[in-house]
Amino acid sequence: MKSSFKVALISMVGIASLSYVSIAGAQEITGAGATFPAPLYSKWAADYNKATGVKINYQSVGSGAGIKQIDSKTVDFGASDMPQTDEVLAKKGQMQFPTAIGGVVPVINVKGINPGQLKLNGQVLGDIYLGKIAKWNDPALKALNPTLALPDTAIAQVRRADGSGTTFIFTNYLSKVNAEWKTKVGEGTAVNWPAGAGGKGNEGVAAFVARLPNSIGYVEYSYVKQNKMNYAVMANSTGNFVSPNDVAFKAAAAGAEWNKSFYQILTNQPGKDAWPISGATFILMHKLQDKPANATETLKFFAWAYKNGDKVADDLDYVPMPKSVIASIEKAWGEIKDASGKTVAFK
Amino acid sequence: MSITLPASEMPLNKSARTSGRVMTNPPPAKAPRSGPMADRIFGLLAKGSAFFTLAMLFAILVSLTVSAWPAISKYGLSFLVNTTWDPVKEEFGGLVMIYGTLMTSIIALVIAVPVSFGIALFLTELAPAWLKRPLGTAIELLAAIPSIVYGMWGLLVFGPLLATYVQQPLQNIFTGVPYLGAFFSGPPVGIGILSAGIILAIMIIPFIAAVMRDVFEVTPTLLKESAYGLGATTWEVVSTVVLPYTKSGVIGGIMLGLGRAIGETMAVTFVIGNFNQLDSLSLFQAANSITSALANEFAEAGEGLHQASLMYLGLVLFFITFVVLTLSKILLAQLKKNEGART
Repeated sequence: MKSSFKVALISMVGIASLSYVSIAGAQEITGAGATFPAPLYSKWAADYNKATGVKINYQSVGSGAGIKQIDSKTVDFGASDMPQTDEVLAKKGQMQFPTAIGGVVPVINVKGINPGQLKLNGQVLGDIYLGKIAKWNDPALKALNPTLALPDTAIAQVRRADGSGTTFIFTNYLSKVNAEWKTKVGEGTAVNWPAGAGGKGNEGVAAFVARLPNSIGYVEYSYVKQNKMNYAVMANSTGNFVSPNDVAFKAAAAGAEWNKSFYQILTNQPGKDAWPISGATFILMHKLQDKPANATETLKFFAWAYKNGDKVADDLDYVPMPKSVIASIEKAWGEIKDASGKTVAFK
Repeated sequence: MSITLPASEMPLNKSARTSGRVMTNPPPAKAPRSGPMADRIFGLLAKGSAFFTLAMLFAILVSLTVSAWPAISKYGLSFLVNTTWDPVKEEFGGLVMIYGTLMTSIIALVIAVPVSFGIALFLTELAPAWLKRPLGTAIELLAAIPSIVYGMWGLLVFGPLLATYVQQPLQNIFTGVPYLGAFFSGPPVGIGILSAGIILAIMIIPFIAAVMRDVFEVTPTLLKESAYGLGATTWEVVSTVVLPYTKSGVIGGIMLGLGRAIGETMAVTFVIGNFNQLDSLSLFQAANSITSALANEFAEAGEGLHQASLMYLGLVLFFITFVVLTLSKILLAQLKKNEGART
């Protein structure tokens, strides 16, 4: 009895010390935040682990929770769909950089209208979500779509019930293009919606729109593509009607002045081909690092992802950052320093 | 045990003899079953567990109040009657969620209590013996289905059926009828207070029915047989013998169901519509409940007033549950007081 207990104890200690050694040997980096880029980060992390043996542990807990976790330094990097203003970052001693671009797309469920046929602009989209345009055959919708047979039925608005970066991008766009929206509702990850029903997550909104006749909703582009949803085309800032796709998102990102600040919201960007409701997703890190070794591994991971991760991003329907932006991101990493003021290396 | 007993008696008897006392029939000394130490430890553990629960409850209450304090000090009790929930302008009031929680729970109870009563009655008094066990097990199995399954089913299957076969006919009947018409107005999309209430009813029926059946079964057969012997019908036996005998168990079962309905989150979030406006009293109107608002908004709520207001909502939910429990205790006491007078 006793000896077998001893053996068990010794082996347990052995296993514990072994696993301790393995943790110490191979670095483990943790990050937490936005759910939108979570599939991308997970795939990148898996590929990176295969290539280098370094483990990246990403928890998709939501942008707000990600910001909280990086503020309290429980993770090595935070992730947010909503960029932080430069003032907020300066106050917290943090920096941010974009990793990928995506788009928010209006999706509809109206009998007789095929994907890409319905044309919308920001003013009309805002009025629909304000409840001012209540029927599909409203004169404003008819004026944009003179050839479509729009039904005489009430519009059921669907939106996110949970706080989300998707909602931030969407409401930020509506605030830019619809004056009444700006004063009445405003922008944020959660707003006081004047009308409509809320679904939980992109999948919740997608399910609502799919089963509610005469509804309109908004989801991330990858949901539209993977579920073959019925989407609308949007007029951008130049008045040009564009379809949501990689090219249009890239065009939106190209117009932003990344070299000035990474606080860039890609809605209503100039450019003939730009999709008007685009946005980037961001990584947050502390400028002053308590654990410079972890910071080095984190930066190495993202440097690797910028260099080798484009194909994965394409496969998963994310748009990788343009090469010119990556150069300014790597330059900005110079601000991340250890306690002695030495820049954290990543090459 | 049986071997050690005589052995332990022996020395005792011997010592009695040697001391010279006259004892014809010495009482057999009991072997101590366990030391007084073990008893004390067990007692302490039991007491500790009970007080630990109490301490937990108190700690939850305190931490909720502390985290909700910014909202409590800013809004006070007006939070309970304000309908605005605007995270952008940082203005918060909880009436929409409180109304949603109470309304859906009431609808759930109104549906679930009679149905559960019928189920329990059938299982204990009417069902043939071979049907009792499989039917009882089937109902208990319903209680084990995860709530998200009910939510998905409610959204994808039940909602559309409710919209076409219940809401639209009801609207046709009640349009133009004063007062009542308001309860059935709004877009018939199958999402809202009524659907959430019905889904909740389906979820709590197994709980209430199982408890009711169990307490109905403990009614002494003697009492029931006597009543039947006097010529009472099944209904008379149930209403005058079984129900009075089991009332505290029945009310306990209903409270268990109500507690589940008030606290349910996932299933409600799928079908209630998560709409933070109180435009009309319509049962078809999308609304929100306290738990649903917490589940949806907590992860992304910023520090400060938004988070504090959500905590305040949690505190209100705590209070509602407390009031419901107290009311059930008062009801039970009231029923007990009238016991002598009625017969």
